[in-house]
Amino acid sequence: MSVLEIDHLAVDLPVEGVLRRVLHDVTLPIAPGEAVGLVGESGAGKSMVSRAVIRLLPEGAAVHGDIRYAGDSVLAMGRPALRHFRTHDVAMIFQDPRAHINPVRTVGDFLVEALVERGERRESATTTVTALLASVGVSDPERRFRQFPHELSGGLLQRVMIAAALAVSPTLLLADEPTTALDVTTQSDVMVILDARRRERGLAMLFVTHDLELAAAVCDRIAVLYAGLLIEDVPTGDLRRDLRHPYTAGLLASRPDPVSPRRRLAAIPGRPLSAFEIGPGCPFAPRCPFAVARCLSERPELRDLDTGRVACHRAEELRGQLLSIATPGAASA
Amino acid sequence: MPEDSILEVRGLRKVYRVRASRADPGPAGSALLGHPLARRQRARALVAVDDVSFSVAPGQSLAVVGESGSGKTTVARMVVGLERPTGGTIWVSGQERSWRHVTSRERRRRAREVQIIFQDPYSSLDPRMSVRGCLDESLRLHFDWGRERRDARVAELLDQVGLDRRQAESLPRALSGGQRQRVAIARALASEPRVLICDEAVASLDVSIQAQVLNLLSDIRDATGVSYLFISHDLAVVRQVSDNVVIMRRGRVVEAGPTASVLSDPSNGYTKQLLAAIPRPGWKPTRSASPDES
Ligand SMILES: Nc1ncnc2c1ncn2[C@@H]1O[C@H](COP(=O)(O)OP(=O)(O)OP(=O)(O)O)[C@@H](O)[C@H]1O
Ligand SMILES: Nc1ncnc2c1ncn2[C@@H]1O[C@H](COP(=O)(O)OP(=O)(O)O)[C@@H](O)[C@H]1O
Ligand code: SF4
Ligand SMILES: [Mg+2]
Ligand SMILES: [Mg+2]
Repeated sequence: MSVLEIDHLAVDLPVEGVLRRVLHDVTLPIAPGEAVGLVGESGAGKSMVSRAVIRLLPEGAAVHGDIRYAGDSVLAMGRPALRHFRTHDVAMIFQDPRAHINPVRTVGDFLVEALVERGERRESATTTVTALLASVGVSDPERRFRQFPHELSGGLLQRVMIAAALAVSPTLLLADEPTTALDVTTQSDVMVILDARRRERGLAMLFVTHDLELAAAVCDRIAVLYAGLLIEDVPTGDLRRDLRHPYTAGLLASRPDPVSPRRRLAAIPGRPLSAFEIGPGCPFAPRCPFAVARCLSERPELRDLDTGRVACHRAEELRGQLLSIATPGAASA
Repeated sequence: MPEDSILEVRGLRKVYRVRASRADPGPAGSALLGHPLARRQRARALVAVDDVSFSVAPGQSLAVVGESGSGKTTVARMVVGLERPTGGTIWVSGQERSWRHVTSRERRRRAREVQIIFQDPYSSLDPRMSVRGCLDESLRLHFDWGRERRDARVAELLDQVGLDRRQAESLPRALSGGQRQRVAIARALASEPRVLICDEAVASLDVSIQAQVLNLLSDIRDATGVSYLFISHDLAVVRQVSDNVVIMRRGRVVEAGPTASVLSDPSNGYTKQLLAAIPRPGWKPTRSASPDES
């Protein structure tokens, strides 16, 4: 059974008094201990998916479909159940840790508070949290305890946030671009820790990022979001080996490689569309080199295809061809 | 300076006077709690750029790479003339930059030679001016041309960066990030510069748009022979747009050479770390050797 089931999720947000669609249709199950990377370009709706899961959407949002945690509808939860869900079952790590930590409290108070709020004794909470800081690679935890957030670098603070997320022993981790604001070497350090601690504890994770390669490095499956629609869901091992969707292939081909020889990038024409801008057909049709008449009029459903799911009318037929437009690394990786 | 370079810098150095604060916080939290000690301002020298040298040949592209705070933007600002170096020399087209009483005419002449585009084109474009107006203004500033000639050149510039007529009448807010960056590139090209500095110019763009802009930059170089000083933290992007590369760390150059060989066979430990940290096919994150900072 899945620990999390996102079931035909659709979201409308109020923009200047009228509801505007930001997510059309997202169906995504996550198994216990499984890491799923939710990738897409800016505005695709990635953050909205992760925020919908813990019911942290902007005021006035209209949510359709269902989200179930261990079989229970998150959308139907009353206040006490929702509170329990947020403090015991799920933890979130955000892109900007500074916006989510009280600047005038010490790091120690911040970490201990979450456990004390759940009824743990202060001394035992302190012991737990000190050990956790060490486990996320923070040296001299006792000193860090007394420091304030502004005295820590971004990478260090993000590790503190990971420790905070792990402290409540959740079963599900939601990470929204947790390393996007960091330098690449710091990103690598933080990802090593996040990945190791997650595996060790068998946590399921929804990892939101615009970086397909980063997601592929730490996730079991990749789910691709485009204009508020889930258009592909594929095991990471098949991502490059067996391309099934023109957009995913295009994304892979767009990214240059630091070591292979320079070549002209196979850029996708046009720009990514927002959910509210798309027509009745395939959301990718205006940019797709393989679009046919049907693509403009009929929306392809997300359907099973071998090891994954794909929303493209021509997926079977294109499967062999897409490799040629993807990166030179495609065949070997 | 050597005859064959369009831009040359030698021994460039920039020292800022800063208040001791963040990096040197004093008693924990004092700054936030308004502790009297926090207000005792001690001036401290911050060496942002330290003995940086490089040269760019006409039509060549040089990348300056480093992590945040390594001094890249400070180098760019000195080259374009927005910041005065503490030490070192800059030559553009064989002429040494002087920092004494620069007339506005001289400033315009320099702007014709070296143009810069930034990461966030939104903040550098006038929100009340249409794309066409913005390009036309730049042409009026730099050339003594009549209406007809300017119109023709605007059309040419729009075409060069892949914007259509309809977009030419738009205000910046009606354009996407990629389109705005195209406008910024077109405006920079309007003065027919010899050197175009791109400071993280593709960093905030979506990957599909980033690929378009990278292709555009390479087409423009082929068509105009402009040189690039391409500033970026992203080695993958740098591989795509540069012939030579300079790797900076904490204000200093740690490695320099042809991009292809530096990236395929880095000799400096820090370059290796940077390279190893870039997600790519088959990549797994690893711990960098750097110790736990602050
Ligand atoms: N508070 C809000 N009110 C109305 N619309 C919003 C609000 N927040 C986001 N949106 C819109 O919802 C859509 C999805 O936004 P979301 O933040 O989920 O994108 P994302 O995929 O996370 O993008 P990014 O990579 O830029 O973080 C976008 O079109 C965005 O403009
Ligand atoms: N105007 C300024 N005043 C004081 N310090 C500055 C100023 N501009 C930059 N710095 C400092 O100089 C160093 C290099 O900055 P910068 O050139 O912006 O780096 P990069 O562009 O590589 O991120 C940093 O430590 C930065 O904080
Ligand atoms: S459904 Fe048509 S337009 Fe959409 S991705 Fe497939 S081929 Fe392209
Ligand atoms: Mg987001
Ligand atoms: Mg900078």
